[in-house]
Amino acid sequence: MKTLKTNRRDFLKIAATAGGGLLLGFHFTRCDSPSKMKVVTDEELMAQAVNYNSYLSISPDGHIVIFSPNPELGQNIKTSFPMIVAEELDADWSKVRVMQAFLDGEKYDRQVTGGSGAMPHSWERLRKAGATARMMLMEAAAKRLDVDISELSTEKGQVLHSGSKKKISYGDLAKDAAQLEVPEDVPLKKVKDFKIIGTPIKNVDNKAMFTGKPLFGLDIYKEGMMNAMVKRPPFGMKIKSVDDEEAKKVSGVTEIFTFGDNVAIVGISTWPLMKAKQKLKVEYEPKNGKLESSEMHNQLFTDLMKNGKAQVMRKDGNVNSAFRGAAKVVSAEYQCPFLSHSPMEPMNFYAHVKADGVELVGPTQTPDRARSAAAEIAGVDVEKVSVEMTRLGGGFGRRLRADFVEEAVSISKKIGAPVKVTWSREDDITGGAYRPAVRYRFEAALDKDNKMIGYKLRGVGMNAGNCTRENNFPSGSVDNLLIESIEYKSDLTTNAWRAPITNFLAFAEQSFLDEVAEAAGKDPVQFRYELLDRAKNKPVGEIHYDIDRMRGVIELVADKCGWGQKNGVGQGLSVYFSHRSYVAQVAEVRMEQGNPVLERIYAATDCGIVVNPTGADQQVRGGMVDGMGHAMFTNMTFRDGAPTQKNFDSYRLIRMKEVPEIEVHFVDNEIDPTGLGEPALPPTGGAISNAIYWATGKRLRNQPFIEQEELKEYKIGQRA
Amino acid sequence: MANYNLKINGKSYQVDVDEDTPLLWVLRDHLGLVGTKYSCGIAQCGACKVLIKDDAVPACVLPVSQVGEDEVTTIEGLSESGDHPLQEAWNEVDVAQCGYCQAGQIMAAAALLKKNPAPSDEEVMDAMNGNICRCGTYHRIKEAVLLASSKIK
Repeated sequence: MKTLKTNRRDFLKIAATAGGGLLLGFHFTRCDSPSKMKVVTDEELMAQAVNYNSYLSISPDGHIVIFSPNPELGQNIKTSFPMIVAEELDADWSKVRVMQAFLDGEKYDRQVTGGSGAMPHSWERLRKAGATARMMLMEAAAKRLDVDISELSTEKGQVLHSGSKKKISYGDLAKDAAQLEVPEDVPLKKVKDFKIIGTPIKNVDNKAMFTGKPLFGLDIYKEGMMNAMVKRPPFGMKIKSVDDEEAKKVSGVTEIFTFGDNVAIVGISTWPLMKAKQKLKVEYEPKNGKLESSEMHNQLFTDLMKNGKAQVMRKDGNVNSAFRGAAKVVSAEYQCPFLSHSPMEPMNFYAHVKADGVELVGPTQTPDRARSAAAEIAGVDVEKVSVEMTRLGGGFGRRLRADFVEEAVSISKKIGAPVKVTWSREDDITGGAYRPAVRYRFEAALDKDNKMIGYKLRGVGMNAGNCTRENNFPSGSVDNLLIESIEYKSDLTTNAWRAPITNFLAFAEQSFLDEVAEAAGKDPVQFRYELLDRAKNKPVGEIHYDIDRMRGVIELVADKCGWGQKNGVGQGLSVYFSHRSYVAQVAEVRMEQGNPVLERIYAATDCGIVVNPTGADQQVRGGMVDGMGHAMFTNMTFRDGAPTQKNFDSYRLIRMKEVPEIEVHFVDNEIDPTGLGEPALPPTGGAISNAIYWATGKRLRNQPFIEQEELKEYKIGQRA
Repeated sequence: MANYNLKINGKSYQVDVDEDTPLLWVLRDHLGLVGTKYSCGIAQCGACKVLIKDDAVPACVLPVSQVGEDEVTTIEGLSESGDHPLQEAWNEVDVAQCGYCQAGQIMAAAALLKKNPAPSDEEVMDAMNGNICRCGTYHRIKEAVLLASSKIK
C-alpha cells in the first residue's frame, strides 16, 4: 500500500458543533432510500456527530457526515468529493450525508470552482481524510476487542475481526475513536480495491432538486430581507443624469439611489423592481468619447493583425528561413465573437452588513474573493465576513467575479438592512463579463515531402490576456515555430469562460491542422500521429503534454467511430489537451437532401481514474453540447458600447432538437484523476467544422457557424 | 393592488398584489414556492413552467389576474413525497448537472405525459424543445421522459 504523511493543517481537531454545513433544515437521505423512513435533520445530526477532520464527522447513529468544501455549479463535485472520502473510510454510502461547507480558510484551501482544478488538488487530501478516520476506528475497535489491529479489517461502515467474526459499527466506535491520536502515516487503498470510486453514484441533491426545495441563491429569503435590482451603464459610459420620478411611484419600491455609475432600486419584492427599472430614466455619456461596436472590433482585428506589437510567447528554430524554403504554405484566419456565460440562474447575492461584520449567502465560484470584496466595502476585517455557498445554477466562469457581491454589500450598507440583489436576464447578458473575442492567423510551411517544417500562430484578443497556449500541441513537433499574442484593452469586461481561450483556440487550431493535412495529402488521423511521433522521437523545445496519452485518445476515438470506414459520412477529428485532461472527438456529418446533418459525435477522454462514471459522462456530454451550441448558434454583437442581444430570443442557446447523438468513452488507467468540467468543450467545434468540411467542402473559420456565408445555401439546425 | 384567490397544489391561497404581477413572482416572493425558477422572464427558456390545468405554462409572463379559478400545479405539488414517475425517472437517469432548469423540464414533461402517455422520441423532443438546459443535459432529459412513460403505461 501507498503510505502518505498527513498534512496536519487539514486535520485540525475541531469541535463537533463547529459544523460548517449548510443547514437548510430539511434533508432527504437519498432518492432511493425508503420514503417512509424517519429522516434525521441536518441540525439533529450535527448535534450528535463527532468530528474527525475538516471533511468528516461520524454520528453514533451510524450516519457519516461528509463536508464538501467547493462550490457546486453542476460539475458534480458535491457527489464526487464525498465518494473519495467514503471510499478510503470504507463507509456504507447509503449512510452518507453530504453537507456543503461554508468558506473556512482554517479547514480548507482552494475553495474555488474554476480551471477544472478541484479534483487534482484534493484527490490525496480527501483520501487521507477518509483513511485517517478509518485507522482511528480500527484502533478503537482493537482496544475494545483487545486484539491486535492487524487482525481487523473494515467493510461498509463496520470493523470486522477475522478470528471471532465480531463486527462493530462505525457509529458504535465514533466517540471512542475520535479521542485517539490522529495517525501520521496512513495506508491508502489500491485502485483495484475501490468499491465506491468507479461506480455510478447519483447526485446527492437529486431529491431536493426534483421536488423544488430551496437550494439556489435566488431561493434565499430571510427575515427582514429587502430585494434590490441595479441599473448599470453601457460599457465605456457614465451617468449624466437620473430621473427616478416615475420609477419611485411604483408601489412596493422603497428607495432608489445612485452608487458609482449604478442606480439601485430597493423594494420588498422583485416584480415592482422590474417595473420600476423600466420607468427609470438614466442618461449616460461616454467616459472618453468612443463607444465600442463590432465594426470597430473587426477593424481593430485587421489593423492589429497587420501592424500590432506582438508579445512572442514561444519561438523554436527559425520560421523565416523555414517559410522561405517551403514548397507549400498554408494560411488562414479564424475569428470568434464575445459570448455571455448566461447560466440559467441569473447573478444574485444576499448580503447583510451588520455593526460587527457581514453575512454573505449566495452562488459564487470564489467565496474567498466575495469575502475580501465585502470586507473592503463594509470596512471590516475579513474574519468578520461569513460566506455561505448555496448551490449555483450554473457558472461557466461568470461567478468567479464578485461584482454582484459588491453590489449587494454596497446596497445593504446604504439601507442598513439585509438585501438580496437579483439580476434580470437582460442584466446578465448585457452586464458582462464576456468570453473575449479573438482573431487568429495560422501559417504552416510544408517541405517537398509534405512534412510540416514551419508553424506560425498570431492571435489578437480583446481583453484576452495571452490569447494563445504556446506550449500546447503542435508545439514540440515542429522544428520552426512562432507563437505571438496581441492584446487590445477594450472597455468591455471579459472573464474566464468555461475552458478559457482554448474554448475557441482548439477549434481554430484543429480546423487549421486539417487544412494543413489536406494540403499535405494526408489523412487527418495519420497527420496528427506523424506530428506526435515527431514530438516523441525528436522533441523540439519543451513538451508540456503527455504524447502517449494524447495519441491514446485519438486511437480510442478512431477505433470507436470506425475512422475512415464509413461511406457517405464526413468524419471530422479534433483532439485537445487542456486543464490536465485529454479529449479526442470525431463528429459525423451526412448529407441528406443536399443538407449537412450532424448525426453523431464520439468522444474519447483520458482524465485518469474515472471517480464517478455517471458524473463524468455528464461533464463530457455537457461540455460537448456547450461547445457545439456556442460554435453553431450563439453570437454577440455590440453597438454603442452595449450588446445587441439582450435575452434568449436573440441570444441563441442550443436546444434539445439541435443536439446529435453523443457517444462517450474513457481510457481505462490508474493515473490520479484530473478535472472534467472543461476539457471536453474545446475539441467539439473543430470536430464539427472538420466533419462539415469533409461532407460539403465548405471550410468554416468563424463562429457562429450558422451565420457564415459558407453555410447560407444549406438548411442547418434541427434534426428531422 | 387587489386580492386574488389562487388554487395551487390543492390548497387555496389569497394574495394581495398588483394585477400585472406574474404568477412566477407570486409563487416565489409571496407564497414561498421557490421551486418554480426565474431565468429569462420572456417565456423563452421554460425554467418557470407550471401546470395550469393540464398545460405547461411559463409563469413568468402570466399575470396573476389571468389565472382565475384554474388549478395551478408547481413542482412542489407534482407529487406528495417526490415520487411522481417523472421525479423518479429524473433520479434514476441522474439527469441534472446544475439542476436549475430541471423543475421546469419536469413540468413540461408532466404536461406531455398527461396528454400523451406514450410519446415517441420525436414527440418528446417537440414537447421539450421550449426548455433550455445550459448544462446540456438534453440526452438524459429525453431518456428520463421515455423511462417515466414506460413506467406509467
